[in-house]
Amino acid sequence: MWSFFHKLGSPPWLFGIAGSILRWLLPITLVALAVGLVWGLLFTHPDFRQGNSYRIIYIHVPAAVVALAGYYVMAIAGAVSLVWKMKMADVAMRACAPIGAALTFIALVTGSIWGKPTWGTWWVWDARITSMLILLFLYLGVVALYEAYDNKEAAGKACAVLSLVGTVNIPIIYKSVDWWYSLHQPASIRFTGGSTIDASMLYPLLLMIVAFYCLFTCCLLMNMRAELVEREARTNWVRKLARAGEARA
Amino acid sequence: MSPASRPPATSAFCLTLVRRQLTLAVRRPVDIGNPLLFFAMVVALFPLGLGPAPDKLADFAPGILWIIALLSSLLSSDTVFRSDFEDGSLEQLLLAPQPLYLSVLAYILAHWLITGALLALVSPLFAVMINLPSAAIPALVCALALGTAVLSLVGGIGAALTVGLKRGGMLISLLILPFYMPVLIFGSAAVRQAALGAPAAPYLAILGAMLCLAIALAPLAIAAGLRISVDA
Amino acid sequence: MSVAQWVAQLDQNLYFRSVDALLDMEGHGAFVWSAYLITTLVVLAMLLLPLRRKRRFLRQLAGELKRREGSPRTKGGGD
Repeated sequence: MWSFFHKLGSPPWLFGIAGSILRWLLPITLVALAVGLVWGLLFTHPDFRQGNSYRIIYIHVPAAVVALAGYYVMAIAGAVSLVWKMKMADVAMRACAPIGAALTFIALVTGSIWGKPTWGTWWVWDARITSMLILLFLYLGVVALYEAYDNKEAAGKACAVLSLVGTVNIPIIYKSVDWWYSLHQPASIRFTGGSTIDASMLYPLLLMIVAFYCLFTCCLLMNMRAELVEREARTNWVRKLARAGEARA
Repeated sequence: MSPASRPPATSAFCLTLVRRQLTLAVRRPVDIGNPLLFFAMVVALFPLGLGPAPDKLADFAPGILWIIALLSSLLSSDTVFRSDFEDGSLEQLLLAPQPLYLSVLAYILAHWLITGALLALVSPLFAVMINLPSAAIPALVCALALGTAVLSLVGGIGAALTVGLKRGGMLISLLILPFYMPVLIFGSAAVRQAALGAPAAPYLAILGAMLCLAIALAPLAIAAGLRISVDA
Repeated sequence: MSVAQWVAQLDQNLYFRSVDALLDMEGHGAFVWSAYLITTLVVLAMLLLPLRRKRRFLRQLAGELKRREGSPRTKGGGD
């Protein structure tokens, strides 16, 4: 058990294990994404109210779900790096922010495109859209704070504090925005109580949510590998890696 | 240990801090006046932008007043720790035996007294200028008093995280504006309800709850932020 | 169930009967396809940017190391 934690603190081990996870997780992710997309686009019936435009749900909802979960991953990694001074958690936290921002961006853009045929406008100040927009601001704030510091160690700590503050605030922000826009649709997938979405549409959606979680993990690991190489540029294992790459090229 | 070398009691220490900050502010009255002047000028912008029709202005008044209060609190929050960081007294504060939680709270209290509380006191004047119904004015003052205290606490987090940076000014707004939004929502709702003749108390109670949460948690984040900024 | 049966059932469940119908999606095609296109681009960027960042950094580092080894007397100082 403890040796696992010791290994987790070792950059070359983490770099290697991230690489070997990616070797099988990346193909699985791509296959899941492809199957989910084909299933959702070709093998489901259109929604009786929204017609075919509802097919955007297969990217919109997974992106939104994973974007929100990503903030919590970032905050937990930040807390671990603050409390236990674990460098690898700091690397993971740093890697989360751009991925989360990209997923939030996907959720916002697809939601806006979906809104045009459904509501007739590109943008509605509805509770969930507004919350996602605020989430995007929170992610970009973390990125901006990290970039503003010259001392990257302090930058990591400051971002960890900021993401923890964000974690406390996100439920408050969501509840306030929800209250502010009290006329919103009920959440369409509820795990308690009956689901309001048809099973034939639900399965591809769940598959896509799983695929997006895998995608998030893949991007996280790839970003961590890039970050590790940059941070450890002066160590022997990175130099060995660079020479090996040179020899192959 | 002789009584003379014993460090001052925590309460006396915090009181001294508040008094020191207030004295510093009174010696430079421009710093107190600037947020108020900003408030007055932005109030004047809205009729120019939206048109002078009194009923339209009255409709938007709760939101306008709250957004301006939010911006003036935001602009002044950058300065909470900056001068003390530059002359090194912040480092002394971190080394002091008194709990940092309480001394940070003292800084924020002083900041709130010279910005938020003052803004709440003069807000009826601006409310009249943009035709807010007079029934809503007590609610406006209460909501601003409670809400700006939350804004000062949250702004302090941003100030603590950016105090070591040369170009912190714009960054601090990006960091903390998202956290201001719940206060804006409930603060302007309280004023709007009061303007419609409905009781504002539930909204004020929610603002009070936010204030309690902020008092409990924000000083922890501010203290952590100050340690990071001073170490860096 | 044999593979042929499975394929036949899949074909039966296929909602769109032609490529044109798939592209048009009863008038909503432009919205759906643009949403999917943008998502694909962003996802590709998410996957490729860190890869490129790592490769480029390693290549730079390799070049630096080679230069330093090539001129041992300067020990990586200015040249």
